[in-house]
Amino acid sequence: MTNLTNLTITEALKGLESKDFSAVELTQAHIDAMGKAKGLNAFITETPEAALEQAATSDKRRANGTAGALEGIPIAMKDLFCTEGVQTTAGSHILEGFVPPYESTVSQKLKDAGTISLGKTNLDEFAMGSSNTTSHFGNVINPWKRQNDDADLVPGGSSGGSSAAVAARMAMGATGTDTGGSIRQPAAFTGIVGMKPTYGRCSRWGVVAFASSLDHPGPFARTVKDCALMLEAMSGHDPKDATSANIAVPNFAAALTGDIKGMKIGIPKEFRMDGMPTEIEKLWEQGISWLKDAGAEPVDISLPHTQYALPVYYVIAPAEASSNLARYDGVRYGLRVNGDGQTLEEMYFKTRSQGFGEEVKRRIMIGTYVLSAGYYDAYYRKAQRVRRLILEDFEKAFEVCDTILTPTAPSAAFAIGENEDDPIKMYLNDIFTVTANLAGLPAISVPGGLDSQGLPLGLQIIGKAWDEETVLRVGGVIENAVDFKAVPKGI
Amino acid sequence: MSLDKETARKVARLSHLEMSEEELERRVPQLNTIMNWIEQLSEVDTDNVEPLANVANIELQLRKDEITDGGDAQKVLANAPEETQGFFVVPKIVEQEG
Repeated sequence: MTNLTNLTITEALKGLESKDFSAVELTQAHIDAMGKAKGLNAFITETPEAALEQAATSDKRRANGTAGALEGIPIAMKDLFCTEGVQTTAGSHILEGFVPPYESTVSQKLKDAGTISLGKTNLDEFAMGSSNTTSHFGNVINPWKRQNDDADLVPGGSSGGSSAAVAARMAMGATGTDTGGSIRQPAAFTGIVGMKPTYGRCSRWGVVAFASSLDHPGPFARTVKDCALMLEAMSGHDPKDATSANIAVPNFAAALTGDIKGMKIGIPKEFRMDGMPTEIEKLWEQGISWLKDAGAEPVDISLPHTQYALPVYYVIAPAEASSNLARYDGVRYGLRVNGDGQTLEEMYFKTRSQGFGEEVKRRIMIGTYVLSAGYYDAYYRKAQRVRRLILEDFEKAFEVCDTILTPTAPSAAFAIGENEDDPIKMYLNDIFTVTANLAGLPAISVPGGLDSQGLPLGLQIIGKAWDEETVLRVGGVIENAVDFKAVPKGI
Repeated sequence: MSLDKETARKVARLSHLEMSEEELERRVPQLNTIMNWIEQLSEVDTDNVEPLANVANIELQLRKDEITDGGDAQKVLANAPEETQGFFVVPKIVEQEG
């Protein structure tokens, strides 16, 4: 039998349909791969028994003709999605042991489509990070290594467990959430495809909230088409999320026609920053020429407020987080630490101080500060005003182009421990991705090649609101041009 | 604008985070680095620009005012660190007058 874990979702669906293998066999192959790659620490909770049960049921559904669109496909779920009866931690000590009595809309939709969940993947605590080094459950290790260097690299973050799991062939696809780049940057760091749809496309109901106006659920997979299939299953209107849009979900995979003749591709000059590594610049140039070869026309555009995007983000995201995380008080779920004096107030302080990690506390404090009396207008309102200017930059740009091409991240995966001394250095990882969150626009990261050390680099395509189809189509053209075949060592 | 230790103490209190003097001292320069970096937003002319709270361009729908969920007290309490007789238990908050 072929190596089942190397198949794409599309290939696996064909194999299941023609009875080359069963969902149980496919699932078992992935459970074996999880066992072998345990050292990567990609999962917080593994659910192999439940997965095999689901796979047996899936085989029955396929046999009796009621197969879903992703019937029998084993996937991994970021541990930020609430899953009924399965521990959901958000990577935090404060939620350790929390077993949701309900299922998030996105994970329910994936179940309904026939997918099999292998477990819950590791992440930065409350999705706050770009390296998956802030999880209470330990660092995730990137399956990729530099040539002739054994240093453990980060898988990106915050959805680092999901990206590592898909890259290391432990899962065929995975869910992620992207608040400032948390799907696209890990996808770039691990040589896979990751997509953040338009804000409102995928329901946030049942997703542990970080920054509600910026949080976007989305998929990881190893091909653009697989990503399209996952996204379609995850999308759709949900009355339980007031920001979920009642807009029909297109057949995303059908958008991959390969035809981008005459399409205008915006190249934002503000993304050419001082000190940009030459390899990243070369990758971008290469991307432009691939799209040109396919008949598209690059157009210079300007997004003048780009340099303010990260400072805006680091006001708005912590502000929303400080409010969202106020619910962790040791009363209804998760950790409780009683003080000696046993007053309610003391219990709150002890629980939160011992339950939250370093980065989360930092962001709660910034958020509380920018929302506090006297600073609200100077910081929070100001950031919201600049956020509008960033959105308007995009609206103007899209008058002259159809999509925008940029690098995904300013570097390849870095070693665990690097960038830790200076929070701002870590925040700069999201410099190319964060604008799409502030503007709510769909964006994808597709592997663009390897750097001189043999590490994957990603190219990002940003599209107009609700136009995931064009984003996917351009992503598909890049994928074909790159013909990315590299895999992490030992896979 | 510089954030001093007293402000940090106040912010920690508002955040319901317990912090030792050492921790406050360690955090003040970190917070200042971040706030100084954020300060560059003041360069941007935002006169006559409306704040943008959320990009979701969705008209909020009214739904029928009817019960669609509930009756799940046991499920709701299942994750409570402490519960009794259908209630969450918290440390005593009402003092008796002596």
